[in-house]
Amino acid sequence: MSVILTLTRRELASHFLSLRGYVIMAGVQLLLGASLLTVVYLLNGRAYDLPFTEKFPQTEFFWLVLLMVSPVITMHTFAQEKSSGTFETLMTTPVSDLQVVLAKFIGSYLFFLIAFLPTLLYPFIVKQYAHEAVAIDIGSVFSLGLGVGLFGAFFTAMGCFASSLTRSQIVAAVLTFAAGTSLFILGYIADLRPSEMMWWHTSLQHVSMLRHMQDFSTGIIDSRHIVYYVSLTTVFLFATVKSIESRRWK
Amino acid sequence: MTDLHPDANPMIEVQNLTKYYGGKAAIHDLCFSVPRGEIIGFLGPNGAGKSTTMRILAGYLSASGGTARVAGFDVARESDMVRRQVGFMPENNPLHEDMRVREYLKFRARLKGLNTQKSRARTEDVVEQFALGDVRNRMIGELSKGFRQRVGLADALIHEPELLILDEPTIGLDPHQIRIVRQHIKSMGKHHTVLISSHILPEVEVTCTRLLIFHEGNILANDTPNALENALEGRHRITVELNASQEDLAQAWEEMAEVEHHRILPAEGEFHRCALTPRDGEDLRPRVSALARARGWPLRELTRERHTLEDIFVHITSPEEDF
Repeated sequence: MSVILTLTRRELASHFLSLRGYVIMAGVQLLLGASLLTVVYLLNGRAYDLPFTEKFPQTEFFWLVLLMVSPVITMHTFAQEKSSGTFETLMTTPVSDLQVVLAKFIGSYLFFLIAFLPTLLYPFIVKQYAHEAVAIDIGSVFSLGLGVGLFGAFFTAMGCFASSLTRSQIVAAVLTFAAGTSLFILGYIADLRPSEMMWWHTSLQHVSMLRHMQDFSTGIIDSRHIVYYVSLTTVFLFATVKSIESRRWK
Repeated sequence: MTDLHPDANPMIEVQNLTKYYGGKAAIHDLCFSVPRGEIIGFLGPNGAGKSTTMRILAGYLSASGGTARVAGFDVARESDMVRRQVGFMPENNPLHEDMRVREYLKFRARLKGLNTQKSRARTEDVVEQFALGDVRNRMIGELSKGFRQRVGLADALIHEPELLILDEPTIGLDPHQIRIVRQHIKSMGKHHTVLISSHILPEVEVTCTRLLIFHEGNILANDTPNALENALEGRHRITVELNASQEDLAQAWEEMAEVEHHRILPAEGEFHRCALTPRDGEDLRPRVSALARARGWPLRELTRERHTLEDIFVHITSPEEDF
């Protein structure tokens, strides 16, 4: 347990020891801030049919941030250690593959959450200027946060897996981004033909992250969505452990 | 170190160890055993299988076949115990460049299972042992290669392992730094079994008490440097410079039964320089000096060639080459 703690601390600290961590945090806030601006501009001065929490995840920047930030956070996890050789010194200490994978995941995930932390201020900013007590529903703020958190866990696990496959950080980031974006686009395809209810269409609707996020943003916490993200996270963490193990039998 | 009978409880015991990389054998059926308390040198050209063997012994890779035991533990089945007994410094000594020296050493100590108190104490110990006091709070990325190497050695030693495995510990260092690292290795060898690899002969010749010569995934020799030299003693030639005519000399060497082969070349002045190869490893010098005295030939040089490990290495790894 203390090994996981030591490694997690190291993983989290590595983001703050290089410029990359600060660039990520600044980038996230810049794009989400632009999102906030868009929404505030829309809501400004006229009646709008959607509450803030529902409108916010429909902006382009919101998704751009979600799709891009995890690949950038996780790209170095294994790839950098492999290319610099420190992976060898790490794996010859008495730590298990699972401990290393969990620590890398938790460290990256914590950084993901930290990068999104200032976003919690947005509802209060909006509330401050909306002069309306009902402008923000705390319940849907919480469920939207949960949605972002679950989404982040899945993408972080996927990023760790991609990073464990290669020595190149760029390749790891591109792999994660490509896989994540492809999955995301499936959601659009599901929205393309709402009239035809084919079996594949129904399946696509279940994997549509747009729909998941829509539910979360309206305050609906659907256990199916939670199971979806938690199980995908687990699958990718398991795959990462296997990928790390593969050095032994490859 | 525990003073056990070396044969009863070797530090490393390797049997039929084989490792394939994509169908090609990096090491092939290695068998060797190394007693405790020695400084062992893995010697061989690049790609001979030294690093692969070291990585298997350190618990980083698994073998494709065969068994290896380190300090009595099986590297495949008791990998965790093996890794507690081994301090490993990989080739090129990779370090976390964004950490400070003391921070890094403490981090490594924690990973190796030392508790907070113990890891702090051991960090202080190794900082002192490797004279890292002046750079303890510097970033590793800013350090010179010599210091980085010492940080790597300090890391390998921090959990007081029984076996230290150092892959090419002096590569890329200047001669002064090499001497410092060598001294450290020697002092580590007093309390630990040390395994180092190199493709440079003088390196292992001065440091090691036992040499394993690798070539194309096989071990060609496993012995002390002296024994390896003695094995070739029989081929020792002598060189003699005498003031005598070429015909007299040729006749004298042909009459001498112990001389298998001779070569005579004119040298400065009236002298001739002769190279004599003994027939069965005998030292020819007493006979030659007796002959010179008996014939009254002035003698100005009489030397016996000593085979260096360089010769042994070349001889063993490419036996067709004559020397």
